[in-house]
Amino acid sequence: MFIPEKDKGKTPILEVKNLGIDFGGLTAVDNFNLTLGRTEIGGLIGPNGAGKTTIFNMLTKVYEPTRGEIFFDGKSTKGMSTVDINKAGMARTFQNIRLFDKLTVEENIKVALHHTTNYSLIDGMLHTPKYRHEEFRIRKEAMKYLKIFGMTKTAEYRAGSLPYGAQRRLEIMRALATKPKLLLLDEPAAGMNPSETSELMDTIREIRDRFQIAVFLIEHDMSLVMGICEGIVVLNYGRVIAKGWPEDIQSNPKVIEAYLGKSRGKMEEEEEKEKADIEKALRKGRLESAASGKPDRKEGE
Amino acid sequence: MAERAERILKNIGLRGLKNAVKGNDYRREASISYGILVGGYILLQLLTAAGLISHNLQGQFVPICVYISLAVSLNLVVGISGELSLGHAGFMAVGAFGGVLMSRILGQSMSFEPAIVIISMIFGAIVASIAGFIIGIPILGLRGDYLAIVTLAFGEIIRNLMNVMYFGFVDGKLKFAFNHTIEGIEDTDRIITGAIGATGTKTMSNFTWGLLLCLFTVFIVLNLKNSKQGRAIMSIRDNRIAGESIGLDVRKYKLMAFVVSAALAGMAGCLFGLNYSTLVPVKFNFNTSVLVLVFVVLGGVGNIWGGIIAAALLTVLPETFRQFADYRMLTYAIVLILVMIATYNPSIKSRLNAFLGKIRPKKNKGSSKAKRKKSGKEAE
Ligand SMILES: Nc1ncnc2c1ncn2[C@@H]1O[C@H](COP(=O)(O)OP(=O)(O)O)[C@@H](O)[C@H]1O
Ligand SMILES: [Mg+2]
Repeated sequence: MFIPEKDKGKTPILEVKNLGIDFGGLTAVDNFNLTLGRTEIGGLIGPNGAGKTTIFNMLTKVYEPTRGEIFFDGKSTKGMSTVDINKAGMARTFQNIRLFDKLTVEENIKVALHHTTNYSLIDGMLHTPKYRHEEFRIRKEAMKYLKIFGMTKTAEYRAGSLPYGAQRRLEIMRALATKPKLLLLDEPAAGMNPSETSELMDTIREIRDRFQIAVFLIEHDMSLVMGICEGIVVLNYGRVIAKGWPEDIQSNPKVIEAYLGKSRGKMEEEEEKEKADIEKALRKGRLESAASGKPDRKEGE
Repeated sequence: MAERAERILKNIGLRGLKNAVKGNDYRREASISYGILVGGYILLQLLTAAGLISHNLQGQFVPICVYISLAVSLNLVVGISGELSLGHAGFMAVGAFGGVLMSRILGQSMSFEPAIVIISMIFGAIVASIAGFIIGIPILGLRGDYLAIVTLAFGEIIRNLMNVMYFGFVDGKLKFAFNHTIEGIEDTDRIITGAIGATGTKTMSNFTWGLLLCLFTVFIVLNLKNSKQGRAIMSIRDNRIAGESIGLDVRKYKLMAFVVSAALAGMAGCLFGLNYSTLVPVKFNFNTSVLVLVFVVLGGVGNIWGGIIAAALLTVLPETFRQFADYRMLTYAIVLILVMIATYNPSIKSRLNAFLGKIRPKKNKGSSKAKRKKSGKEAE
């Protein structure tokens, strides 16, 4: 992308050259190129099935690319596994949330602090003073992340039982706790309402400023993408059709045709319908609970 | 489409945490587990002192403890690591014969029994963990059913290996042979004689050793669960890909759970071996592995104290059915099926809970909370 002023002259955090992958005979992604600055927020957009998630999967080595090269922090990632990639400093979230459902929120973050938690299996089995000291330390650290995301209250709850927006935020926290240099977010605002989305935008910006890391995100929500991304790549049928600053992308006729223009009206229509469905369901739920005489519980926010 | 609406609904409708579920309370889990073990021990000791326990049942005390310990250690693999293992009896066998062998060797020069028991149990744990390591490395790349099948085969291999192994003393020296008796050995100097198994073992186990074994096993497993290693193991169970994405080495932690579980099974096996003067390898067949798995499943996969209760009851139960003679195992199986249905069928389970709730209205906050949660869900 266009490296922002502040990152000029430094090794880009990510450099991708001619990346491509085939599934069977089908080319899912082809000839993908990207340069991402060390503290840049980059966006990857495109219609469903364009190959965005597949690119994330290649970057994190969930898939091995068929063609091309990836340089992370100046080093080729050839031959590295998903685990190596994370250890090198790349962390991600998933489009279909992948949390450790049966563990608590706090434990989800603690497990991401695994590599900085310093005690042996024997310490773990016997709960030695060293264990207690380290657990105390990482508990405090986990709480620090929870605080940034305003989720301190959720610490003791099972991750899988949280509301959707909270799960998305927890996934970002977990990725952050591995202390990455690059954070990949796959549709972080999916399923969030507008107020949650704008809150998320602030959080992403805050993360970047505070930890001085790069963020590369896939998102359908245009207010988010246009609001926080410094550079944007547009993908369609596995190929880049446009690349540039948010303003340029918005006015690029190719993009409008492939993505924005064609689907905008439709998307709004669908959203209206969804809202109506939800309201109906909510009303029904309230009536039912009133009829059965169950008291409304008031807890949490 | 509908799915997305549902998600947004969840977001709006479940604002806050009213439907969220609290996570595992390690302290509570530990106190219940230790409480059951120590309470059960004291109760049975008192009943025995009062002469209320048949001689037959008293003989079951050590096996009950051994099975409890096995259920707890298998839970480490099945519940905490999320892999199905059908070879637990194999590790038990390795520990049993290894431990018996060690006790005989030590018995030559030592007379202080507690030391012999402890060293033999540690030795049993070590040999079983080595077996676990050797088996674990090649198979832990496998998943689900494949792993179950291979562990099953392993259990059988171990048992068959035991069938052809001979250990004994000749002129005070330990001798080993495969598939034939050892030259010049006296009957009294045999330790392990192929399919006849371990003979002439000096029995050193008792109920107190059994209790200590159970406490130790629970201590290790629960501590492990609440440690960075345990969290890594459970994370990989919950979501392998996410585990890799935060840098967890999947094989390493699967193997760790498997080896620790094998070591604990070996320890239990050793105490089992020290409980009988004669021990045949056939004791450690596939049925035993399945039996322990049944304890785990019945007690609730991952639920340590549930497994403890299930193991204790199901070890005693077959003895109770002795009067049915030929129909004993059949009755046992039927009871097992009924209990499984009762615990796993949601509608029966909720009725059972409601019934229990009526008996004890104030107690058991957890289940009433769960019930409220359910009604909340229905209202949505
Ligand atoms: N493992 C796979 N095997 C076969 N096809 C795949 C695989 N993963 C992705 N694809 C295909 O690649 C294309 C891009 O998918 P994806 O990257 O998920 O799109 P999106 O841009 O919506 O994230 C789709 O046509 C999808 O069917
Ligand atoms: Mg996608």
